[in-house]
Amino acid sequence: MIGYVKKKQKDTPLKKLINVGIALAVPICVLILWELIVKAGLVKATLLPPPTKLWKTFCSLVSSGKLQSGLLISFGRVVAGFLIGSLAGATVGFLMGLFGIVNKALSVFVNVLRPIPTIALIPLFIIVFGIGEKSNIAVIVVGSFWPMLLNTIGGIQNVDSKLLELAYVYRIKSTKTVFRIILPSAVTSMLTGLRLGLGTAWMSVVAAEMIGASSGIGYMIMFARELAQTANMYVEVLVIGLVGLAIDRILLLVQNKFSRKFKGIAG
Amino acid sequence: MSDTILKIDHLKKDFIIKDQTVEVLKDISLDVRRGEFISLIGSSGCGKSTILKLITNLEDPTSGEILIDGEPVKGPSEKVSMIFQESRLFPWLTAEENIEFTMSKKIPVNDRREIVKKHIELVGLNGFEKAVPSQLSGGMQQRVSIARALATNPEILLLDEPFGALDAFTRINMQEETLKIWEKEKTTMIMVTHDIDEAIYLSDRIVVLSAKPGVIKDIVNVTLPRPRDRSSLDFMNIRRKVMLALYDKESDRNIEYFI
Ligand SMILES: Nc1ncnc2c1ncn2[C@@H]1O[C@H](COP(=O)(O)OP(=O)(O)OP(=O)(O)O)[C@@H](O)[C@H]1O
Ligand SMILES: [Mg+2]
Repeated sequence: MIGYVKKKQKDTPLKKLINVGIALAVPICVLILWELIVKAGLVKATLLPPPTKLWKTFCSLVSSGKLQSGLLISFGRVVAGFLIGSLAGATVGFLMGLFGIVNKALSVFVNVLRPIPTIALIPLFIIVFGIGEKSNIAVIVVGSFWPMLLNTIGGIQNVDSKLLELAYVYRIKSTKTVFRIILPSAVTSMLTGLRLGLGTAWMSVVAAEMIGASSGIGYMIMFARELAQTANMYVEVLVIGLVGLAIDRILLLVQNKFSRKFKGIAG
Repeated sequence: MSDTILKIDHLKKDFIIKDQTVEVLKDISLDVRRGEFISLIGSSGCGKSTILKLITNLEDPTSGEILIDGEPVKGPSEKVSMIFQESRLFPWLTAEENIEFTMSKKIPVNDRREIVKKHIELVGLNGFEKAVPSQLSGGMQQRVSIARALATNPEILLLDEPFGALDAFTRINMQEETLKIWEKEKTTMIMVTHDIDEAIYLSDRIVVLSAKPGVIKDIVNVTLPRPRDRSSLDFMNIRRKVMLALYDKESDRNIEYFI
């Protein structure tokens, strides 16, 4: 059935177990098949290492500490760039959302610059900032700026006009209107901006490191390619995906918690 | 201070819908006495809410003037509070926070708490102070919005179908409460309603509007002593008068049938 679904009674433990089983069955089958195909020599192990080999590589990367230190470096860049980018996005978004003049003045910039893929800016940043932290972080700043900007503007424009009418009739001061009506109304949308921004920040850092860095998880992939360490590449690529997933899930939890409050759902 | 608290003087309001000028209100004049209870009644879309929006300065008149205590309305007046058709509560604030939100900061915090508490009791929401709007029924939400309007202690209270969303039982209760507040606080009240009995039960005067353009068709005085008996003969007679004013002449016979 697609569309309206009635609320069901809570799943029984057995039903839950079956659901988990279904979700895991396909990946496990794929892994087994993969192992068998490579072992049978149908695909070269140098091009597609079998899962067992990947697991061993993963373990050795972890025990040597290389994976953790690479991830930590990338993470540091993401945090720095993301903080700057989302703060700037929220600030500019607030000004554009609240003041029609600012919106008109900046709309051409936004419309022209926004469609540029962040990755396309990497060579430019390398020229301007040189190879190193500055250009890496600049890429992340841009990557997290846009989602925050657009979602902040959207959130502010979606404020219930009936609440603003109420505030007008009751002569609520502008500052109170901004901070206690407009801001809470925009929170849900801004949290979406944060979540999307952190997602793009994580993708941008990998791209930036592949081109202009000598450390971090993105650099490790390029380094492994140069040494033809296929297994390392696979492991590192998968780890990037998993970390991205983890970041998204954590922020989703935060977002749900806050947006429940501001949508007025008690709990 | 003169006896007239609100003067509506040859008020006209046009709206522009798709490049077309629509005359919504035309030549509305009404003097409201201090402490008077006025009801506005008329078919849907005849401009009742628009009159309230003009009094609160949410809209500007096309021509004509509104004076509160002799002063032309240039912005939202501090003497006026309004209860909207929908409760318009802030979903992220609790009942008591919603009531406090619109109160003047000049009132000391402790006094504000007292006033909030008093009004929660007044609308019968004890025990629900900490509930957010989504935890309240539609009728309870509307009662919070009524408490919010009263807590600002206005001289003029505008009510836009305040009890429309309530069940018959709660509605009659709220009418009683409104009457008590009106008698005690001497607030001037202007209420939009679709309920003729409600209008007769509460009002000193019932202003009957016609639609397209909205003009005052008739003003029915209600001089019965309060509390009024909804089943008395006098009450019936006034209902008949209002009905006749509301409906066009050609449908008179139908009306007679209903009365
Ligand atoms: N902002 C607006 N722009 C254009 N037209 C409007 C606007 N507000 C109201 N109108 C029009 O003015 C007329 C009167 O609207 P109003 O809301 O005052 O009616 P009402 O008498 O309160 O009706 P109801 O009993 O259904 O609430 C309607 O025809 C409506 O289309
Ligand atoms: Mg209306």
